[in-house]
Amino acid sequence: MIIGIDVGGTHTDAVLLSSNGIEKKVKVSTDSADLFNTILSGFKQLLKDIDPKNIKRIVISTTLTTNAIVQQNMKPVGMIVSAGPGVDPKSFSTGEHYYCVAGSINHRGREKASVNTMEIEDIAKKLKKAGIEYVGVVSKFCVRNPSHEILIKRILNKYFKKIFLGHHVSGNLNFPRRIATTHLNAAVFSLHKSFFEAVKLSLEQKGLMVPIQILKADGGTMSLESSMAFPGQTVLSGPAASIMGAIPYAPSKQDAIVLDIGGTTTDIAFLVDKAPLLEPMGIQRGQYKSLIRSLQTDSKGIGGDSTVRVIGKELVIGPDRLGPAMAFGGPEPTPTDALFVLGLMKDGDRKNSVKGIHKIAMEMGLTDNETADQIFKKCCSIILKKTFEMIDKLNSKPVYTVHEFLEGYKISPRKILVLGGPAKYFAKKIEELYHIKTIAVPEYSVANAIGAALARTTCEVSLNADTEQGIVTAHEEGFAEPISKTYSEDDLIETAHTLLKEKAINFGADPDNIGEVEVVEFQKFNIVRNFSPRGKIFRTKMQLKPGIIKGFENILQ
Amino acid sequence: MLKALNKTGLVFFPAFDWAIDPTHPEREERLLYTQDQVTEEGIFDINGIIEYKPDLVTYQDIQRAHFCVPDEKTITTQSHLISAGGAKAIADAVLNKEVKNGFALVRPPGHHSMRISHGGRGFCHINIEAIMVEYIRSQFGIKKIAIIDTDCHHGDGTNDIFWHDPDILFISLHQDGRTMYPGSGFPEELGGPNAKGSNLNIPLPPGTSTEGYLYVIRNCVLPAIEEFKPDLIVNSAGQDNHYTDPLTNMNFSAQGYAKLTSLLKPDIAVLEGGYSIEGALPYVNLGIILALAGLDYSGVIEPDFNLERLKQSVSITDKIKKTTDLVNSYWRQKKELRQKAGTPGDIAVRHREIFYDTDNIFERQKEKVRICRDCGGCFEIDSNAQPGHHILAVHIPINACKACIEAGYKFFDQADKSKFNKVFLQDRTKNNYEIK
Repeated sequence: MIIGIDVGGTHTDAVLLSSNGIEKKVKVSTDSADLFNTILSGFKQLLKDIDPKNIKRIVISTTLTTNAIVQQNMKPVGMIVSAGPGVDPKSFSTGEHYYCVAGSINHRGREKASVNTMEIEDIAKKLKKAGIEYVGVVSKFCVRNPSHEILIKRILNKYFKKIFLGHHVSGNLNFPRRIATTHLNAAVFSLHKSFFEAVKLSLEQKGLMVPIQILKADGGTMSLESSMAFPGQTVLSGPAASIMGAIPYAPSKQDAIVLDIGGTTTDIAFLVDKAPLLEPMGIQRGQYKSLIRSLQTDSKGIGGDSTVRVIGKELVIGPDRLGPAMAFGGPEPTPTDALFVLGLMKDGDRKNSVKGIHKIAMEMGLTDNETADQIFKKCCSIILKKTFEMIDKLNSKPVYTVHEFLEGYKISPRKILVLGGPAKYFAKKIEELYHIKTIAVPEYSVANAIGAALARTTCEVSLNADTEQGIVTAHEEGFAEPISKTYSEDDLIETAHTLLKEKAINFGADPDNIGEVEVVEFQKFNIVRNFSPRGKIFRTKMQLKPGIIKGFENILQ
Repeated sequence: MLKALNKTGLVFFPAFDWAIDPTHPEREERLLYTQDQVTEEGIFDINGIIEYKPDLVTYQDIQRAHFCVPDEKTITTQSHLISAGGAKAIADAVLNKEVKNGFALVRPPGHHSMRISHGGRGFCHINIEAIMVEYIRSQFGIKKIAIIDTDCHHGDGTNDIFWHDPDILFISLHQDGRTMYPGSGFPEELGGPNAKGSNLNIPLPPGTSTEGYLYVIRNCVLPAIEEFKPDLIVNSAGQDNHYTDPLTNMNFSAQGYAKLTSLLKPDIAVLEGGYSIEGALPYVNLGIILALAGLDYSGVIEPDFNLERLKQSVSITDKIKKTTDLVNSYWRQKKELRQKAGTPGDIAVRHREIFYDTDNIFERQKEKVRICRDCGGCFEIDSNAQPGHHILAVHIPINACKACIEAGYKFFDQADKSKFNKVFLQDRTKNNYEIK
């Protein structure tokens, strides 16, 4: 049996699954001041009368890091950044204790200016004096050559508890995002560590000895041990959990939309042949941009509790939420109240809903029922409009080869999967309005926990081979090997495959069921100087796509 | 958090799967390190910098600027259509006011392609700026456009396309034609009889550094633009004036390019040449992008930059001043020069020989243009390419007067079809392109 638990903002959902389907599901309120006891009470209820020896897998998704960011109670950490030519690195400051230092590596990974060890020593002493325990080190183009970061770490080691290096974060280029991501890892590390060590200990005391898996923002899992190096990857795992929970119901070989309709917002995501689309670079939310691999989701300010008002004869829904629906004692009418008026939802105070909707109806000059229907329709159409805007944007994203330009994949969804409290009413209405096959995901109220339980390990490796310089590297994995002039694309793919497999096993994947390997990117270039070939550059990115672990694909049908 | 002072649009199309041939300077690798630099700098994350997908230009788009012989399909590849489409996408973004300015970082380049194109010359098959400019004039009704070509090679293709057009101010800064392909672009080349002075050519001596370039910009280009009062400024932003370029002998720098951009304030910049793909392009492109966006570019300095080594000699400075004075005097006399060029209604004849180095074609042209004071004047070109085709091309300019429209149709109607493989008519007043 396996367990999935998703600690959300208001509720914590937990499920126990076996090859027969859902054995048990539990919903408890989240105490955001005490996530530890929230998780424990979830486990306690789930494991009542269950022999812990039967549990083979545990996956946890929490809002721990997300909360730390939102509430800005991250630990102050030091950042040491070396840039070289380009945009002023001061623009990417993470706050106090941010130092820009000498040293420069160029785009080919060649050293152009060296590190000043005296300067680093001085900064180390200053940081130490300021009580800093954790430090992030990022150099521009460290993805091509991490030697400066490694050198700086060596100097810092004796002063600090743990040093986080930029080139471990991702194989992708993007210096400002790498700074932000390294900073995040350093800043949430101690919180993450103490929290999960406590969870692990309590589960062991309950007799649960299986390794704990943590859900990441890309809808995949990593082992608790490997999460210690990248605690930032757990940010926004909640929306990922829900999307993963919809996958069993997605069509094969077709595109689908996932809508998770919550109280305040609706999360929108896309599945292509049962695999969720990923952000090309990493999580971005407003001004915050990172290199954290994540599902391509967007959160729009419309949900069941969005405020409904009339502005100049126009019905306006959201983007704000002033409280719950009036049916549940809220202050202003909401789409949920419209569902009460229409007689679709029942277990609440319908009288209050009618009062709220009637006020809107007066302003619109319509009956209460007509008004409720219009609100419901408008709510559906806003959600769908935002969805289609996202599809247009995805389909017009820039490409860099003639081939991709001419053959580029276009998303055209054939099915909509709806999650969240009012999912079944919305699914029906959307299908009626848009004539796209739309279903409410069965067990939608715990789909997030199911998604967490079923998510498989994901990871990515990026390799760069340069036969002129005679080296193949995957610095994110700490890998570098000399190569000859005859090194070929096949050699690179083979090396990438081996590295990916190793990484997956380190991340806690089952070696016999690693899942489908996908080449995300492959490029090759002839290096030519003065009209004569000097060598070749090969680049590849290979990944394990997010998906569902083997043996559980069909249990929910 | 960085925020662009000017909203800037970028099209980045490095055509990572297209080359003229594997070891040619115009190959897959050319923009690789630029992409690495721009991505690592997080340029596309800057608030106010927007990346656009290139468009694909249609044959109709090309037919506004070119006579392609035998036709568009034969002399272009998909990559040419996307490259020109990149410039077009930026034009749309700028003219629809989605952004204040824009930069098309595309390849292959286009500024050596002339109005009649029998194939590739100077790595160019179709002229991406000219196609964009003609698209802008047809689509957005803009009349006066200044094109400033800062590529190190004379922009002879663009110069040719707008040779007779008084509404386009074309200025090319380039290494002296006596020392550099394509061997043209001397101060005396001022445009056709109806457009004298609206083409300015400023040859610069080998060894010109940042100081010399900025001198010409401040003392010749900007004053001419100020007087011409264009509705739009386009920069053909070639990057081969850089001190590390393998094909040229100049001493320009990334800082210089960025300063030039902030002085010129182009609405649209389009990448042209530039073949120092590791030492120059990553830094020059970054400098241009930051300058367009109004962001600080003072940190964009090549790792091996050495101000002392790149200093310009006194004799070079003198030469540049003399050339600038000469060009300025032509600019001041443009009215008189047009008066002297001929009597309205007369036909002026010009003979030319054009070599296509990329495709090894030799072309002879005989051009007849109607002298006119009211418009750019219609013209016909008898063009014979070896190997290739013998054609006659008739052009009626976009703002043509009634007499020139009539004369243009007369050229076309009277053309003896048996003498030519094809006879073309490009009537820009009606956006009409005909072949007989």
